[in-house]
Amino acid sequence: MTTIHIDNRPYPAKDGENLLQECLSLGFNLPYFCWHPALGAVGACRQCAIKQFKNEEDKHGKIVMACMTAAKDGIRISIDDPEAREFRASVAEWLMVNHPHDCPVCDEGGECHLQDMTVMNGHIYRRYHGRKRTFHNQNLGPLVNHEMNRCIQCYRCTRFYREYAGGRDLDALVLRNQVYFGRHEDGVLENEFSGNLVEICPTGVFTDKTLKRHYTRKWDLQTAPSVCVHCGLGCNTIPGERYGTLRRIRNRFNGAVNGYFLCDRGRYGYEFVNSGRRVRQPLLRKNRTQLLQPASKRGALQHLGEMLSAGARVIGIGSPRASIEANFALRTLVGRDQFYLGISERDLRLLASVLDILKKGPARTPSLHEVELADAVLVLGEDVANTAPRLGLALRQSVRRQPEEIAKKMGIPLWNDHAVREAMQEEHGPLFIATLANTRIDDIATRTFRGPPAELARLGLTIAHALDPIAPQVPGLSNTAQALAGAIAEKLKAAERPLVISGIGCGDKAVVEAAANVTWALCNMGRPAELCYVVPECNSLGATMLGGGSLETALEAMNDAADILVILENDLYRRADAALVDRLLAAARHIVMIDHIKHATSAKADVVLPAAAFAEADGTLVNNEGRAQRFFQVFVPRGEIEGDIRGDTPRDIPGDIQESWRWMRDIMVVGRGDEGQWSSLDDVTAACAAAIPSLEPILRAAPSAAFRMDGQKIPRESHRYSGRTAMHANVSIHEPEQPQDLDTALAFSMEGYAGHPPPSLIPRFWAPGWNSIQALNKFQDEVGGPLSGGDPGEPLIEPTPGKKAAYFENIPAGFEPRVGEWLLLPLHHIFGSEELSILAPGIAELSVQPYLALNPEDASNLGLTAGDEVQLRLRPEADAQVDVKDAQVDVKADDSANVTTTAEIFRLPLRFEPELLHGTAGLPAGLTGMGNLGGVALPAWGELKKVEKGKQMEG
Amino acid sequence: MWNSLKTMWIVFLHMFHRRATIQYPDEKPNIPPRWRGRIILSRDPDGEERCVACYLCAAACPVDCIALQATEDEHERRYPEFFRINFSRCIFCGYCEEACPTDAIQLTPDFEMGEYNRKNLVYEKEDLLIDGTGKYPGYNFYRVAGVTIGGKNKGEAENEASPVDPHSLLP
Amino acid sequence: MDLAMNSGFSHEWAAIWVNLILILAVLFAFSAMLSWIERRLLGLWQDRCGPNRVGPFGVLQIVADSIKLLTKEDWIPPFADRAVFVLAPAIVAVTTLLAFAVVPIAPGLGVVDLNIGLLFFLAMSSLGVYSIVLGGWASNNKYSLLGGFRAAAQMLSYEVFMGLALMGVVMLAGSFNLRDIVAAQENLWFCIPQILGLATFAVAGIAEARRLPFDLPESENELVAGFHTEYSSMKFGLFFIGEYVGITLISAMIVTLFFGGWLGPLLPPLVWFLLKTLIVIVCFVLLRAALPRPRYDQLMTYGWKVMLPVTLVNLLITGAVVLSAA
Repeated sequence: MTTIHIDNRPYPAKDGENLLQECLSLGFNLPYFCWHPALGAVGACRQCAIKQFKNEEDKHGKIVMACMTAAKDGIRISIDDPEAREFRASVAEWLMVNHPHDCPVCDEGGECHLQDMTVMNGHIYRRYHGRKRTFHNQNLGPLVNHEMNRCIQCYRCTRFYREYAGGRDLDALVLRNQVYFGRHEDGVLENEFSGNLVEICPTGVFTDKTLKRHYTRKWDLQTAPSVCVHCGLGCNTIPGERYGTLRRIRNRFNGAVNGYFLCDRGRYGYEFVNSGRRVRQPLLRKNRTQLLQPASKRGALQHLGEMLSAGARVIGIGSPRASIEANFALRTLVGRDQFYLGISERDLRLLASVLDILKKGPARTPSLHEVELADAVLVLGEDVANTAPRLGLALRQSVRRQPEEIAKKMGIPLWNDHAVREAMQEEHGPLFIATLANTRIDDIATRTFRGPPAELARLGLTIAHALDPIAPQVPGLSNTAQALAGAIAEKLKAAERPLVISGIGCGDKAVVEAAANVTWALCNMGRPAELCYVVPECNSLGATMLGGGSLETALEAMNDAADILVILENDLYRRADAALVDRLLAAARHIVMIDHIKHATSAKADVVLPAAAFAEADGTLVNNEGRAQRFFQVFVPRGEIEGDIRGDTPRDIPGDIQESWRWMRDIMVVGRGDEGQWSSLDDVTAACAAAIPSLEPILRAAPSAAFRMDGQKIPRESHRYSGRTAMHANVSIHEPEQPQDLDTALAFSMEGYAGHPPPSLIPRFWAPGWNSIQALNKFQDEVGGPLSGGDPGEPLIEPTPGKKAAYFENIPAGFEPRVGEWLLLPLHHIFGSEELSILAPGIAELSVQPYLALNPEDASNLGLTAGDEVQLRLRPEADAQVDVKDAQVDVKADDSANVTTTAEIFRLPLRFEPELLHGTAGLPAGLTGMGNLGGVALPAWGELKKVEKGKQMEG
Repeated sequence: MWNSLKTMWIVFLHMFHRRATIQYPDEKPNIPPRWRGRIILSRDPDGEERCVACYLCAAACPVDCIALQATEDEHERRYPEFFRINFSRCIFCGYCEEACPTDAIQLTPDFEMGEYNRKNLVYEKEDLLIDGTGKYPGYNFYRVAGVTIGGKNKGEAENEASPVDPHSLLP
Repeated sequence: MDLAMNSGFSHEWAAIWVNLILILAVLFAFSAMLSWIERRLLGLWQDRCGPNRVGPFGVLQIVADSIKLLTKEDWIPPFADRAVFVLAPAIVAVTTLLAFAVVPIAPGLGVVDLNIGLLFFLAMSSLGVYSIVLGGWASNNKYSLLGGFRAAAQMLSYEVFMGLALMGVVMLAGSFNLRDIVAAQENLWFCIPQILGLATFAVAGIAEARRLPFDLPESENELVAGFHTEYSSMKFGLFFIGEYVGITLISAMIVTLFFGGWLGPLLPPLVWFLLKTLIVIVCFVLLRAALPRPRYDQLMTYGWKVMLPVTLVNLLITGAVVLSAA
């Protein structure tokens, strides 16, 4: 820390940081455009001009750019200096010369950094009356809208897109005052972080195209802190609602998790909440031959009460995409022994193994921010760019750690972004990627390795052995692999913060264990190695920690004659083989489905209850690092508003949709008559923490419902929220009462505490004079650092430090290609592999279509050419060897339940994937529209055959 | 005491003054054009809706009695999908007119809005939209704005240069 | 003098009843009309029209108002003291009407001829304050209570010299009987020798009737109608009518005591009485149209420090004159 003098007053500042960041951290309002806390300074926009003085006597001073000047001890500057102010105002005026008169029809209006800065500069009158420069716009796909006229040439978009996110198809074109930011031609932006351009752009050049279809100003959105449900990383989001539909997602800064950026799946997947596939009222059928009919809430519960009072045994199937509270409520309803997790045996074993490794091993699991700090990374078996995209973006930053040393040696401060990048050139730190097929972060990889899971595991084990000779040695590895393992081991050993990333995406336990071996070998050498596992769903780890059997064990229990099957937010046909699910569902006399969307499983249910989607419920999710994060209800899904002009009080009927745990409670009340067990979310959370000690920290994930700031709740609506007395006037002239929130410290209202709430309860970023997302600066003690009061989230998993971990000894056999058979590998896709986001029209448009991938050589051996169709016949076969003795979860080993008995035949279009190994084929994982293939656990063996054109499918 | 009596005398003399009252329903008052009465939505000189659904009137409204939803036609011209004013809440402050950047929303000299049923005071867009330009003739926001709409491409608005060709190599 | 007294028993009673009902009906009608008269007059003096739409010149305005009053919800607040709340408006109507019983309208026209008529009037009018105090108290509302307090203090202060102001008249006439007092003015109306008495009695009378500028118990702009904030429908109507009957009563008393009652040349006595009363009422309305409401402390100061000494001086002079004449 050092002292700087701003307008003749001393302030503490961080030595060597740039002055703009320090001034903003100190709370000064200094305008800027091109600087961004995550991107650093380039000094392009000349907006943050200040006066610098030589010494106390110097009254004249000189104008410098705050973002390009380092804070040195005793430096004397002035923000308020008239000349500096005039300079800044005239810069704003020049920028506005070509800026169109668009604000009323611009989607950025009301949260526009350019508007804020223009006001801050005091530039209020437009003197220029000449002609304005114009550009044609480009169609950049279904997610991002382009309106180039508004550009002020700050270069933030290309700096983020190309330099930060590694995109290649957006660039600055032309020259002089005609610089154009766009692609070489119209087309979808390739990078999966293109949505961040919406927040990065200080004005309305890049705006949210999904929001444009149901446009609402920022001040009219009802918002609440939420957590993304589209992958296992748990990025923090701010969804916004208006008139009962979800309108958009904005990034909610969490310094430890997502920082300033979200992936496009997280940002644009929200539209599933508005989808036509939503269950909006209870559906009921008295016997299976009938169709499901809409029913009233009371009718459905009465029916359930009758079913339950018959003394039936109830089996519950939970879900890794439902909150901890919802799963726990189901567990309480059915009893601990009747509760199953709704994850396939294979996946549950993998998750249990991950949890066990993280809990018992010596290695820490890093947050995304810590991933960015890692200086040598090994990715083993996980296509992170598709299964956990934000992690891929973090890796793009981690490869800068070692090259940064070059800049440091040259005396360039790291915030001086352009100079640092010039110094680094194309230098990347060590990043080794060993995956099934090519990934989108291969461009920054030091070396890549491709192979089926067994080969990846063997590579991992070899690295571990190279690091620590006590670790098991893999026999029969090729020399190239051996050499690669040695090289990787060297780099990891040399690193200050080595990191190993793996996951359950390739479906092989040996890979998970191999990653653990590598990390532990480093730990045993005394290196501060970190181990990061990617899990597929938003609460995969939380569900696993809750404990419970797999789907297969549920089937076994059903065979013992169970009566009622209660399924929570889960499409079982995505989890396991269709035949197995069919048997499970057929065994139940009654099937009760509680979910927010309709799917294959709910179509077979006898009672379907409408559950609240993430934006309509509160709950706790546990992400891949074991961080428990609370998400909050954004809006109450409304039913109809009742009341006529003569009615005394209008009643706002809240509709039938309610949180899953409330359904469980209602079922308990009608079934067993235990009245009033839980009245609010806090009751469920408390009961869960009491029942499962390892989940106790979820109580601290966010303040309870009783929390108040100055005796007030925190409002979900901004103080400028409009239309309150007119929005329902077409239905009833009486204004409905605001819904009450019993579950949280937030209120569905404009009224409440106006200041800064605690970090886990921030419903929106706004500060006086700062209407754009940049208001975030005011919520951080140090701009770019964690939120004031600490980043939200409570860790559930603490490693056992200093402990020497015993290595896994299980060495898989090497991969042997078979004749006439192919090993089908799961290929993940950011757009398509996830169940919910695919219901959003924008994401669906970008989704891949079903295919079967082969390398061109194998394809030509089969006589296949591009555009051909392939016939696939799955080989019924017992799963890989089962080893569950060290699993945390109570998984019963039973191979009989785990047999794929179907021998179905599928027909799929061919696609070339050059990096697939000979003898392996790729199938898109989790894609809808794949029929029964959707539930098949991959990798699996199958036979391929060319489909003759015009010939119908066999069987 | 004297003052009081004097006052009484002066007041008494008022008996012989002219009545200031206008016998309203029989005799129509002369209302100035800037009177803040019933709110209307006007059209631009080309006969299109002036409202671009920017939500500023709704934000400015101190009683929150304006609700609307923006939408776009096939040429991306933005207009309100619905526009509702609850006149049973309106205080005729005129802030909406102040806030309107396109001169679309205007207050008129009509004040005769009495209703027996409050519901009849909820005006939808069809009730608000008039066929003329109202108080401000001539102005057409879309002729000035930089966005494209049907019949107006980039560079065709007032004071606009023709669009830059990003593929050109000329300096 | 009293025709009814000379008739037979049943005849006598019938006459009294006819008299009574006639006077009551006329009084009520007149008081009601008074609200229209007042509003028209106020309009006149404020360059407006006043109510002119119901019936010719708006005379039927009061009919419309009555219908409205009668059909309004008769609301008793749940926090009010029910019994007292209902009683209060009844008291004001009853006391003013009873006081009117002694007013000699014309020779042979009047409800009763009491020897202590003047004292009866004073007694009844001071009873009237109870209705205000009780109404304010029973409403159980801070504004009403304040109104009630103000009424009590105001009545107390103005009652003192109201009675004393009349003592000059009594001394000159030598009787408490109102008909005697009227008769005593055969030659000279008491407004000449008792000019001070007239002034003080008029002020006290206005205060007694709670008329502007002495309507502090009601003062709608600070106490939101004070003692009758919570009253609605016909209970409010009773207060309303009570006020106008009160004005009529005070005006009639001023005419009787100071302007020679029914006495006058040419015209019949009844016409004279009505004409004089009407003129006094018009003066009261003019007072309302012209003068602002004083502050509460000013009201008190005025009552105790100006009006009471003036009354006493008047009494002293009158006493001296009467003694010297004797």
